[in-house]
Amino acid sequence: MLTILFDGIAYGMLLFVLACGLSVTLGLMNFVNLAHGAFAMAGGYITLVLVNRAGVPFFAGLPIAFLATALLGALFERTLYVHVYNKSHLDQVLFTIGLVFMSVAAVDYVMGSQQVFIQIPSTLQGRFEFFGIGIGRYRLLIIIICGILTVALQLILSGTRFGSRLRASVDDARVARGLGINVNRVFALTFAFGSGLAGLGGALGAEILGLDPTFPLKYMVYFLIVVTVGGTSSITGPFIASLLIGIADVTGKYYVPKFGAFVIYTIMIVLLLVRPQGLLARAAGK
Amino acid sequence: MNAGIIKQVTQHLVNRARWSAMEYAFWLAALASIFLLPSRHLILTEVAWLGLFALSLDLILGYAGIISLGHAAFFGVGSYVAALLAKHAIITEPVLALVASGIAAAFLGFATSFLVLRGSDLTRLMVTLGVALIMREIANQIPEITGGADGLQGVVIAPILGTFQLDIFGHVAYVYCLLVLFVLFLLARRIIYSPFGLSLRAVKGNPLRSALIGISVNGRLVAVYTLAAFYAGVAGALLAQTTAFASLDVFSFERSADLLLVLIIGGTGYLYGGLIGAVIFKLMQDWIANLTPQYWQFWIGLVLVLIVLVGRDRIGLGTGMVRALGQRAVRRLPIPALRIAAPPAEGR
Amino acid sequence: MPAVLATQSLEKHFGGIAAVNGVSLAIEKGARHALIGPNGAGKTTVINLLTGVLRPSAGRIMLEGEDITALAAHHRVQRGLARTFQINQLFLDLTPLETVGLAISERMGSGGQWWRLVGSKLEVTEEIVDILGRFQLTDVMFERTGNLPYGKQRLLEIALAIACRPHVLLLDEPAAGVPEAERHDILTTVAALPSDVTVLLIEHDMDLVFSFADRISVLVNGGLFIEGTPDEVARDPRVKAVYLGESLNA
Repeated sequence: MLTILFDGIAYGMLLFVLACGLSVTLGLMNFVNLAHGAFAMAGGYITLVLVNRAGVPFFAGLPIAFLATALLGALFERTLYVHVYNKSHLDQVLFTIGLVFMSVAAVDYVMGSQQVFIQIPSTLQGRFEFFGIGIGRYRLLIIIICGILTVALQLILSGTRFGSRLRASVDDARVARGLGINVNRVFALTFAFGSGLAGLGGALGAEILGLDPTFPLKYMVYFLIVVTVGGTSSITGPFIASLLIGIADVTGKYYVPKFGAFVIYTIMIVLLLVRPQGLLARAAGK
Repeated sequence: MNAGIIKQVTQHLVNRARWSAMEYAFWLAALASIFLLPSRHLILTEVAWLGLFALSLDLILGYAGIISLGHAAFFGVGSYVAALLAKHAIITEPVLALVASGIAAAFLGFATSFLVLRGSDLTRLMVTLGVALIMREIANQIPEITGGADGLQGVVIAPILGTFQLDIFGHVAYVYCLLVLFVLFLLARRIIYSPFGLSLRAVKGNPLRSALIGISVNGRLVAVYTLAAFYAGVAGALLAQTTAFASLDVFSFERSADLLLVLIIGGTGYLYGGLIGAVIFKLMQDWIANLTPQYWQFWIGLVLVLIVLVGRDRIGLGTGMVRALGQRAVRRLPIPALRIAAPPAEGR
Repeated sequence: MPAVLATQSLEKHFGGIAAVNGVSLAIEKGARHALIGPNGAGKTTVINLLTGVLRPSAGRIMLEGEDITALAAHHRVQRGLARTFQINQLFLDLTPLETVGLAISERMGSGGQWWRLVGSKLEVTEEIVDILGRFQLTDVMFERTGNLPYGKQRLLEIALAIACRPHVLLLDEPAAGVPEAERHDILTTVAALPSDVTVLLIEHDMDLVFSFADRISVLVNGGLFIEGTPDEVARDPRVKAVYLGESLNA
C-alpha cells in the first residue's frame, strides 16, 4: 500500500513540475495555454535524441532538455504568443489548440507515432526494499529532483528580487507596472522558465508517463486540473493539487482499474462545483 | 398618434424575423444540391450533420456565451444511443430512434448544465472537457455494450419511415440529413426570434442586468444548454445512422476542438455560421486530406492559429459583407442585432 | 403606516471591513426617500444588498412585510423591487425597443416563451411605445443601445426599471455623468414618477435631493447617521461637517 503511495507521490511531483509553469502563466497573464504539454513533449523527445542516439549521458540530457525547451518557449513567446495576449479567452483557447495540433502532427511526422523510451542508466533501474516499501529507483530520482526544484522555486519566489517582481505582477499587473516593474519581461522570462520546467518534466516523465506524439493531448486535462484545482495565486496550491491528483490517480488505477480514470475526472468536477475558484485561490480571483 | 408608431414597431419586428433573400438562396441551393450534385452526396451528408452539430454549439456559444471544449459529449451520446437502438432492434424506425437519441443527449445536457452555470471561462472549459472525457472513458470501459476501441459493429439501419432504404451512394442519407437539419433549423430560428431568444442575448450581454429585470439567468442557461445537447445528440445520431457505426472518437477532444473551428470559420451568433462553417471546413478537410492524408491535423491546427492571428472579426467581416448585400437586396430595416464583429462577451 | 421596504440591522463585511454596519431603514409606501452621504459611505452597497446583488453578512430585508433576505435577485424584481445603476448597465447590442420589451415580457410572465415571435403580443408593443414615449426615446428606439448618446442611455436605464412596474424603485445616482444640458430631462422624469411607486434615491446633486425628497437618510461609514425631513437634515450642522470630513465627535 505504501508502495502505491510512494508511486503516487512520485507521479504527483512530476505533474507539479510539468504543470507549475502553466499555473504561473495563467495567474500572471490570465492566458490559457493549452499547448503547455507540447513543450513537455519537446523536452522528452530532445532528451530521447540526445541520450538514445547521440550517446549523451542521461544526467546531462536532463539539464539540456530544460535549457533547450526554455529557449524554445522564449522563441515561441516572442514570435507567436505575444500577439494573442489581449485576445479573448476563446481566441487563446483556439490558438493554443491549433499549436497543439501542429506540434502533435509535426512530431508524428519527424519521429513516428510509436511510443518511445529514453535509455535510463542501469543505476536507476529496478527497485529496492526500504522498511517493507518497494522503492523504485527511478521514481526516487523523480521525487528527489522534483523536490529540489520545488524548494528552489519557493526560494526564488520568496527570496529573490525577480521572485517578488513576479509575485507583484501576478497579484496585480497594473499596479506592478505602475511601480516600474517590466511585467512583459517578467512574463517572457517566466514563460521560458515554465516551458523549460515542462521540458524537464517531459524528459523525466517519459519513463513513467509514456512518450509519444499524442502526449500533449493525453495529459492536457491533467495539467488543467492541477491549475484549476490548485488555483493560480501561489505554487503551494498546484503543488498540493498535483500530489492529490497523483496519489488519487495511481491509487484509483490500482484498486479499481476499471474506474481508475474516472477518479480524476470526478474529483475535478466535484472540486470545481464546490470551489469554482480553486482549492487555495484567494476569494478575489480572476 | 401612438397608434401609428405601434403599427410601425409591429411591422419592424415582423419584418425583422422575415426570411431574407440570402436565406432563401441558401436553402434553395441546398435543395438543388440534391439533384445537381449526386456524386457528392456522401460528403454533403457529412456537411449536413456537421452543420447541425455546429448549430448546436452556436446556441450555447454564440447566443449564451458558454465556451465548451466538450460538446462532443452530447454528440457521442446521440451516436451510441442511435447505434444501439438499431443494433438491438429496440427502436428500429430511424426517425423515432433519432428523436430518442436526442432526448438521451438532452438528459445529459440537463444534468451537466448546472456545472457550467458557475465559475469562470477556464472553469467552464475544464468542466465541459471533463464531462466529454468521462463519457469517452465510460464508453471505453463497457466494451461489451459499446464495442470499446473497435467500435460498435453489426449495426443495421431499417428503412426510414419504413420506406426509404439507406443506399451506399448516400442519396437517401443526404436527403434524410438535410431534412432533419432543415426542420431543426426552423425550430432554432423560431426560438431565436422569440422572447426566449431575446432574453438569451440579454443574458449573454449583461447577466447582471438580466437578473435585475426579472430574468432567471440560470433557468435560461439550463434551458438552452439542454436544447443544444438535444441538437448535438441528433447530429451524432445522424452520423451513426448514415454510417451504421459508432466508435469512441465521437467523444474525442479533437471532435470538440474541430467543432469550435467549424463554428468560428462561419461566425457565431447568427445561426448560419455553423452551416457555412461546416461547408467550408469539409471542403478544406477534403482538399487537405487528399494532399496529406496522415498529417492533415497539422494544417487544421495552422488554420486555427492563422484565424486567431488574423482576427475573428476580420474574418467575420467577409461573411458580414455578404449578409449586408443580401439585406440591401431585400430593403428591410437594418438589423441592429446581427453583429459582424466577434462578440466581445465570448470568453473574456 | 407600515413600511413597504425595511431593513433590520443590515450588515455587509468585506474581509475585515464593514461596508454596511447595522443599517435599519423603514421606507413608507409612496415615499420619496433620499439616501445621501459622502463617497464610500456604503450607499451603493446598501442598494446591492436590497436588490440581492450581494448577500448580507447579517440582518434582514423586508419587502411589503415579507422577508426577502434569502430571495434571489430576479425573484425580488418579480415581487416589485427594481433598480437603476449608477453606471449604466444596459444591453449594448440590443435596441431600446428590445430592451424595454424584454422587461415587459418578463413581467407579464411571457419572457420565457419560445414559440411566439417577438412583437406578436399587441399589449406588450403598446406598453413599450408608451414607456419609450414618456422617456423621449421614441426617435432612437431602433438604434443599437451602445450607439446612443449617454443622456439617452441614462433615460433608457430608468425606463428599463420603470418597465418592470415596480412597487419600489431604487435609483442609484440617476443624474450621474449626464451632461448639464440633458440633466433637466432626467430630473423631470424622476419627478414625474407615479405617486404610488415608492422611490429610494441615491444622489449627490443636492438640488435634486432637496426638491425631490420628502425624507432623507444620511449614511456615513456604513452606518445611518441622521434621518429626517429635508428641513431637519439641511439645518443640522453635523451633516455639513460630515461632508466636509470633520470628525463626528467634534
